[in-house]
Amino acid sequence: MRVMVIVKANKDSEAGILPSEELLNAMTRYNEELVNAGVMLAGEGLQPSSKGVRVQFSGSERAVIDGPFAETKELIAGFWLFEVKSLDEAIEWVKRCPNPTGEESQIEIRPVFEPADFGENYTPEIREREKRLAEQIAARKQASTARA
Amino acid sequence: MTATNTHRAIDAVWRIESAKLIAGLTRIVRDVGLAEDLAQDALVAALEKWPEQGVPANPGAWLMATAKHRAIDALRRNSLLDRKHEQLGHELESKQESAVPDLHEALDDDIGDDLLRLVFMACHPVLSTDARVALTLRLLGGLTTDEIARAFLVPEATVAQRIVRAKKTLAEAKVPFEVPRGDELTARLDSVLGVIYLIFNEGYSATAGDDWLRPALCDDALRLGRILVGLMPNEPEAHGLVALMEIQSSRSRARVLPNGEPVLLLEQDRARWDQLLIRRGLTALRRAEQLGGSSGPYALQAAIAACHARARRAEDTDWERIVRLYDSLAQRTPSPVVDLNRAVAISMARGPAAGLTAVDRLLGEPKLKGYHLLPSVRGDLLAKLARLPEAAAEFERAASLTRNARERELLLERARSCAAGVRPTR
Repeated sequence: MRVMVIVKANKDSEAGILPSEELLNAMTRYNEELVNAGVMLAGEGLQPSSKGVRVQFSGSERAVIDGPFAETKELIAGFWLFEVKSLDEAIEWVKRCPNPTGEESQIEIRPVFEPADFGENYTPEIREREKRLAEQIAARKQASTARA
Repeated sequence: MTATNTHRAIDAVWRIESAKLIAGLTRIVRDVGLAEDLAQDALVAALEKWPEQGVPANPGAWLMATAKHRAIDALRRNSLLDRKHEQLGHELESKQESAVPDLHEALDDDIGDDLLRLVFMACHPVLSTDARVALTLRLLGGLTTDEIARAFLVPEATVAQRIVRAKKTLAEAKVPFEVPRGDELTARLDSVLGVIYLIFNEGYSATAGDDWLRPALCDDALRLGRILVGLMPNEPEAHGLVALMEIQSSRSRARVLPNGEPVLLLEQDRARWDQLLIRRGLTALRRAEQLGGSSGPYALQAAIAACHARARRAEDTDWERIVRLYDSLAQRTPSPVVDLNRAVAISMARGPAAGLTAVDRLLGEPKLKGYHLLPSVRGDLLAKLARLPEAAAEFERAASLTRNARERELLLERARSCAAGVRPTR
């Protein structure tokens, strides 16, 4: 299963204060460990929200709101994508992560949807595409038998 | 933490740590079977202690320390020396004095090297292919015997026996715990890559439905491949294999419809291909090429897969490049099946007549005698050229050769429509 591992922002990350050399080294080692274990698919650190924007949707209206954004703890400072056997394995890996701030901090793990999770409830667009594909395949078969 | 949670945590720790644990222990006791037993003992100890005491802060180190103690006990206990023949037993006994104080250091450095030694041991040519696969999944993939059995649709007892016999064979053949060097390395690496790709294909050839566990086999193979490139970052073919598996995996969502119907490559909805895996595959392929490995068999197959991955629509596929890549592949690993694929690529690049000429060169090939895809491809090309009676005969022959009922039905349908004079729509 694939999970997104989300590192929450804090005051420092939002202020654009870069991690200490020590923390950077520890993170580099941790990332190496993840890569060598074949677990890490991707990962990035994010700039503070002051460098970001939000696009606000309201019906057909679109408004662009410049950062920074309040509610620091709900913001994201970085993420990884892991490929793991179970959520428990992801938890084990995350526990081994160096404390991203050195203080109180939080890392959130969220499983990514897999096709099987949707069951019959694909998005209408995907369902439509697949229906068309199934019809095309069936039509081709039928064409060859009907005319035979 | 509840007991169930602790057990789940232990499972997860095991999955992460078992290979390293077994590798480090094999280095000490020089017997992979004994090493695995010791690792298992440590796991049992964890199952006893952690629910009461809680999961330790560094679970890997805890398991290693526990196993280490057991290893020392095992080395001291005469009863366990019975597992080895007399001479080796004495050797171990005399080694033990010096071995004990060094254990910490011995275990702590070069875990990576130990892992790599374990990889080569599990894929040693003295073992049958089935044994290599089972042992690799068990020792390096951290799968249980039951999981391996379910993945390969064989009884658990069969897998258990395969593993026991494999360990015995390794011990009897005195297979050294080392990474081969020089010319031997090339041949042995082929075996390692072959085992991983075989595991991948076992998962990849499964379609949807009841076999939900088998796609997990692709993930296991990919993980083993990714671990291997970490251990051997300068081996181009290891990167080539990973590239091939990443790109093939990228299509898994598009390969089967919800009703279980398989979807051929050229008909797949490319919007459903996993772009992250494609990007990782292309990066791995680039790495293989940078290391001078662009003519390696896995790198070449990955390059062919990359041609499809890069094409936004099926009709954008660079078939001429695919033909050239198959030329190189046929040179590097001559095989009539590669030639047949090359002929298909030629027909896509230059039209059915050119494809047919290439296929017809393979008609006398003894290895393709009885291979249903030869008449099937030939029938398809003949039908496109409006030589329908000949096409019908080829489809019928193909139908008589395939063992797959669904495929047979499809081929007979095509035979009937050709016989009735219907030209193909595509």
